[in-house]
Amino acid sequence: MKTKRLLLGDEAFALGAINAGLSGAYAYPGTPSTEIMEYVQSDPVAKERGIHSHWSSNEKTALEEALGMSFCGKRTFTSMKHVGLNVAADPFVNSAMTGANGGMLVVAADDPGMHSSQNEQDSRFYADFAMIPALEPSDQQEAYDMAAYGFELSEKYRIPVLIRFVTRLSHSRAVVETDAVPAPENVMSYPENRNQWVLMPAMSRIRNRQLIADYDEFVNSSDHSPFNRLEDAPRREMGIIASGIAYNYLKEAFSGKVPFPTVKVSQYPLPKKMIRNLYDTCDSLLVLEDGQPFIESRLRGLLDTGKRVYGKLSGEVVRDGELTPDEVKRAIVRIIPSVPEIRMPEHKEVSEKVAGRPPALCQGCGHRDVYGALNEALSHYETPKVFGDIGCYTLGFLKPFNAIDTCVDMGASITMAKGAADAGQHPAVAIIGDSTFTHSGMTGLLDAINENSPMTVIISDNLTTGMTGGQDSQGTGKLEEICLGLGASPEHVRTIDSLPKNHDEMVRLFKEEIDYEGLSVIVSRRECIQTARRHASAKSSANK
Amino acid sequence: MKTDIILAGVGGQGILTIATILGKAALKENLYLKQAEVHGMSQRGGDVQSNLRISSTPIYSDLIPSGSADMIVSLEPMEALRYVPYLSEQGWIVTNSTPFVNIDNYPDIKEICKDLQQHGNLVAFDMDAAARSLMSPRSSNMVLLGAASPFVELEGALIEQAIADLFIRKGEKAVEVNISAYRAGREYTEDLLVSLREK
Repeated sequence: MKTKRLLLGDEAFALGAINAGLSGAYAYPGTPSTEIMEYVQSDPVAKERGIHSHWSSNEKTALEEALGMSFCGKRTFTSMKHVGLNVAADPFVNSAMTGANGGMLVVAADDPGMHSSQNEQDSRFYADFAMIPALEPSDQQEAYDMAAYGFELSEKYRIPVLIRFVTRLSHSRAVVETDAVPAPENVMSYPENRNQWVLMPAMSRIRNRQLIADYDEFVNSSDHSPFNRLEDAPRREMGIIASGIAYNYLKEAFSGKVPFPTVKVSQYPLPKKMIRNLYDTCDSLLVLEDGQPFIESRLRGLLDTGKRVYGKLSGEVVRDGELTPDEVKRAIVRIIPSVPEIRMPEHKEVSEKVAGRPPALCQGCGHRDVYGALNEALSHYETPKVFGDIGCYTLGFLKPFNAIDTCVDMGASITMAKGAADAGQHPAVAIIGDSTFTHSGMTGLLDAINENSPMTVIISDNLTTGMTGGQDSQGTGKLEEICLGLGASPEHVRTIDSLPKNHDEMVRLFKEEIDYEGLSVIVSRRECIQTARRHASAKSSANK
Repeated sequence: MKTDIILAGVGGQGILTIATILGKAALKENLYLKQAEVHGMSQRGGDVQSNLRISSTPIYSDLIPSGSADMIVSLEPMEALRYVPYLSEQGWIVTNSTPFVNIDNYPDIKEICKDLQQHGNLVAFDMDAAARSLMSPRSSNMVLLGAASPFVELEGALIEQAIADLFIRKGEKAVEVNISAYRAGREYTEDLLVSLREK
C-alpha cells in the first residue's frame, strides 16, 4: 500500500531510508543537506525503533560511524553538504577498499550556484575516483525510491553507494508515493572476509584488484538500472544526455515530448552501452548536467576526437552557476536555432531600481557584540588581521562590521591565524563559532598551544549550530574544558557574556589578550537569538 | 489547470508558510505540486523566494521558466519588482505595498510603486495595516494569501482548512485570526476585480 506525502527531496530520501530498514543515520549539519537528518530525528518510526540520529562532530566522524554500523551488517547512511565530503574524503575513499557489509549510503548535497557555500565542487568526481557507484535522483520520488534501491545495490556489490543531491532537489517539495509499512531492520552480521576490513598494504593490494574487477559489474548495473534509460525520438542531428535534475529541465523545455533521442542518467558509473547506442545513432551529443562538467569531460576526453560533444566545456552551456530550465532552452537554441517547440520569452532584465538585499546578522545576536568590541579593540593597532571561519559570523565581513579578512573552510580561522603569527603577524586573531570549533578547530588549536603561538582565538559561542537553523552543538557546556584539556594556559582561557552591557569589558579583555605574547582563548558566550526565541515559546506553551 | 507562482519577501516574513498552506490544499485536491525554496544563509534578513507550481498534469521542472509565471505574490514591494522578468504577460502581481527597509540603499518607494503599476494586473495594498486592524499584526502573510487566492484555482474552503490545520497547534485563537486575515485579503481582491469589471 502506498501513501501520498508532500516532501522535500531531502525528506523523501530520509523517509525512503527509514522505510527500507535504516538502523542509523550520521551527519553534521550543512546546507542543503541538513533536513535529511532532521527528518530522521522527527520521524515517529525512527523514534520507536531507536534509529540512531544524534549529530556527529564532523563529516569524517559521521562517515566512520556509519561504516562501523555497516560493518555490523546494519543499513546506515551518512549525509553532508558537498564540502563536508572533503572532510570525510579519507574514510570515503577508503570505504571503497573495505567495502560495505550492511547497506551503506553516503549522501552528498552539492550546491551549484553557491546558494550557501564557498564553491561548486561536484561530488560525482569523488565517487568516480574512489570507484564507488553513485545515484543522482532527478526528482523527489526518485530520492525516495533510491534509498531502498541504494541499500540493495550496496549489499549486492558490498560497496558503499554515493547519493548525489543538488540544492534545487534537496530544497524542493513534491508529492511522493511512500510505503505505508516500513521494512524490518537487518539483523547483526559480520563481514565474510575479515582481511578486507584491515587496510594493510598486503590486504589492500588484493582488495584493489577485486574492486577493479567489480567495477565492470557496476557499469553493467548502470546499463540495466531502473533509473537510467534511453528514450528514442525522431531527430538525429543531436542526441542528449541529461543527468539528475537536468533531465526535468529538458522535459520542461519540450512540455514532456523531447524530439531528440535522450539518455537519462541517474546511476553511475556511466551506462556505457546506452551512451554508445546514442552516440552511434546521432550526429552529435549535448550534455546537460547541474554542477561541473563531469559527464562531458568523460565523453570528450583529452583528445576530443569523434563526433561533436556540446556542453559546458565547449561553451554552449554556461560553465558556472546553477543550471536552470531557461539555460537548457538557450543551450539547445545555441546549437540548433530552429527548434519550433522551444518558446523563448522576450528577455527582461531586473529593474535597475531593485537593490540587493544581502543577509545580515540578526538583531540581538551575540556575534554583533563580539565584532563591535573586537573592532574597537583592534583600532589601537596598525595592521590587525582577523581570520574568520564558516558560520553566521562570516557575515561579519559585510557592513557595518567589515571585521574579517579570511573565510576558507571549517576550522581554518585558527590554523591560518597560527601560520600568520608564525610569519610575524600581530595581532593575529581567529574568530570561530562553537560548532565549527568542535568540528575542525580543536586540532588546530592543539598546534597553536604546543608552540604557544602569539595569537588570540575568540570562540563566539551561541550554544548551537546557528547558520543551518539551530542544531545541537557538540561542544556546548565544555568549550573551556576542551581548551584547558588541550593544554591552553588557564590564565589565558577567558570567558565573557557577549552582551551590549559588557561592551567596555569585552574591549578591555580582547585588548589584554591580544597584547599577551602567547596563545589566548576567549569564549564569548550568548545563546543564539533564534534558538532562544524558540526555547522561550516552547517553555511558554508547556506552561499553558 | 496550471498555476505557477513566484512567492517573494524578506527572510523571516513568512512566505514559506503561504507555500505550505497552498501545498496542503493542492494535495487535498489531488493535484501535482512542486515547491522550491531557499534555506540557509539567505534566510537571515536577505531576499527570499519560492517557486510554487500547482497543476492537474505532471510537473517536470522545480523552477519556473522566465516569462511564464502566472503570479508574483510578495510580502514586500521591491521584492515583487525583483521577479517581474519571470512573469508572463497576462500574469498578476499581488503584493504588500509596505516596504521592509533593512538596507541603506533602499530605493524611493514611489518609484517602485510606479514600476509595479506599469504592469497592469496589480493588486497592492498595505497588508501590514490590514493585519493590524484585525489585531493580528503578524498575519500580513495570511492577508497576502487571501489577496492572491482568487487567482489560484483551489477551493477556498480547502485553503481555510489548510490554515486551520497548520495553526491549530498554536490554539483556536490563532486559527481564528489567521482565517480572518485570509478572508480580509480575499475580499479586497474580489472587490477590486468587481470594480475593474464595472469600469
